[in-house]
Amino acid sequence: MAKKEYAFYPGCSSQLKASAANYLTSTRSLCRVLDIKLTEIPDWNCCGASIGYAEGGELPRLALNARNFALAESHLPGQDIVATCAACWLSARETKERLDASAELMRETNEALAAAGLHYKGEVAVRHMVEVLIEDFGYEALAQPVVKPLAGIKFAGYVGCQTNRPFGIAGESFENPMYLDKMVETVGGEAVTGYDQKVTCCGGALAFSEAEKSQKQIRDIVESAYDHGADMIVTPCPLCQANVEIYQSEINKKQGTKFHMPVLYYSQLMTVAYGGSAREAGLDGQLIRAEKLEEIAAKG
Amino acid sequence: MSGERYRNSFLREVEHNVEEGHWVKMCMQCGVCSGSCPFGPHWAHPPQELFMMIRAGKREEVLGSDAMWMCTSCYNCVVRCPRKLPITHIMHGLANYAHRLGLAPKNQPTRQFAKMFWDNLSKTGRVNELKLSLGLYFKDGFKQGIRNALAMKDIGLGMLKAKRLNPLELVKPHACKGAKDIHAILAKAKEIEDRRKGLSA
Ligand code: SF4
Ligand code: SF4
Repeated sequence: MAKKEYAFYPGCSSQLKASAANYLTSTRSLCRVLDIKLTEIPDWNCCGASIGYAEGGELPRLALNARNFALAESHLPGQDIVATCAACWLSARETKERLDASAELMRETNEALAAAGLHYKGEVAVRHMVEVLIEDFGYEALAQPVVKPLAGIKFAGYVGCQTNRPFGIAGESFENPMYLDKMVETVGGEAVTGYDQKVTCCGGALAFSEAEKSQKQIRDIVESAYDHGADMIVTPCPLCQANVEIYQSEINKKQGTKFHMPVLYYSQLMTVAYGGSAREAGLDGQLIRAEKLEEIAAKG
Repeated sequence: MSGERYRNSFLREVEHNVEEGHWVKMCMQCGVCSGSCPFGPHWAHPPQELFMMIRAGKREEVLGSDAMWMCTSCYNCVVRCPRKLPITHIMHGLANYAHRLGLAPKNQPTRQFAKMFWDNLSKTGRVNELKLSLGLYFKDGFKQGIRNALAMKDIGLGMLKAKRLNPLELVKPHACKGAKDIHAILAKAKEIEDRRKGLSA
């Protein structure tokens, strides 16, 4: 039997051949090493993300998340729901807190679920993968399987917004959370200090609708990583990863910068440090190749 | 018209019809939230000002503003507000309410994108990233769409090569088996919410 079991909520971006497919691949790899069993919530649906608000309204978004809860409750009873995506985690956790706090919303939500023969009892716990790693395992346990420390690589820990606010990781501050830096050090990398864009917003979904305003944010995030001597940026959020990696070439084109900064997930760092191949770490999924990490992964 | 019932008090209308609107009266106008928005300079009226305008009954100015559409959902304000207002949700709620009443600015790009996003996800229960980006490129017509798509083609090809975009999403999308269930749930939820807010057609 696996050491720990969770009801897994990968979310739309972390499906195969979706924008964060490499997050999924590397998460699966690191879970194999740590003996974590992730069982997907059967037929899970989209969380609605923050940007769903304009058309979705309040109750439909709560009901969307509650459908996942009801499915987890009946198919994977007793297992905590674990999300890897910041937006999925946030939407699900917000839903849980709203429903816990209001009998009326709970009743209305269940009235909506009943249209599909579902019912949410109110028993699930919603957690982020980072919480599972830090709270259920702990830095020491996470360091144990390291066989290839990421020595000599400097990482700018870019935490971003939604893994950090409004819930965040217990015991961390909103303005300067340290967990990502600690995870980098746990796998033998060097976390650059004084990275002042650690919790800056990348524009989120508005990277699509307000491209210029968001690209200014992204420019600051990448520029500061260079200024602090980082080789790579590391993040826990799929939207941060995509925005900060994808738009570098746009910014270069428009503003004459020469950005070429790889943007990785913590799960990719861990997979390489645990001895996984480049493929297992999803490094073939980078638009900007993480060469130094590929070198370590290729070493026998 | 739903505004009628509240003709004398926009604040009451907001309290009743806007997500988390009952919090507005708790604002003490300290201005911390307004200094927290990533797109701050582009807000016609930052959150603090919107709250003041709501209390002053400036219905058309608030609901017709594109200010709250600048919200990136970064939650900076929420963790800083001394009165613990769920400001992000109030911004979402105001935008949604204005959109539902047809008072939001017509060609506001985030309004358009947010609608596309919701329509996209609610069809199959999961976001179809390819259709969403294509829809986004082509929202201003075919010619402009081709231009937009070409401008982004290197990125698209890169994503394809990195196996992070699937051309088959067009014909065989990621989808929930229970898509019909989801439609039923969403329709019911909307019906209940509309009834509660007196917005039913
Ligand atoms: S931070 Fe809170 S109390 Fe201060 S102006 Fe903003 S909403 Fe009002
Ligand atoms: S969540 Fe919205 S309102 Fe709050 S600081 Fe961010 S952009 Fe401003």
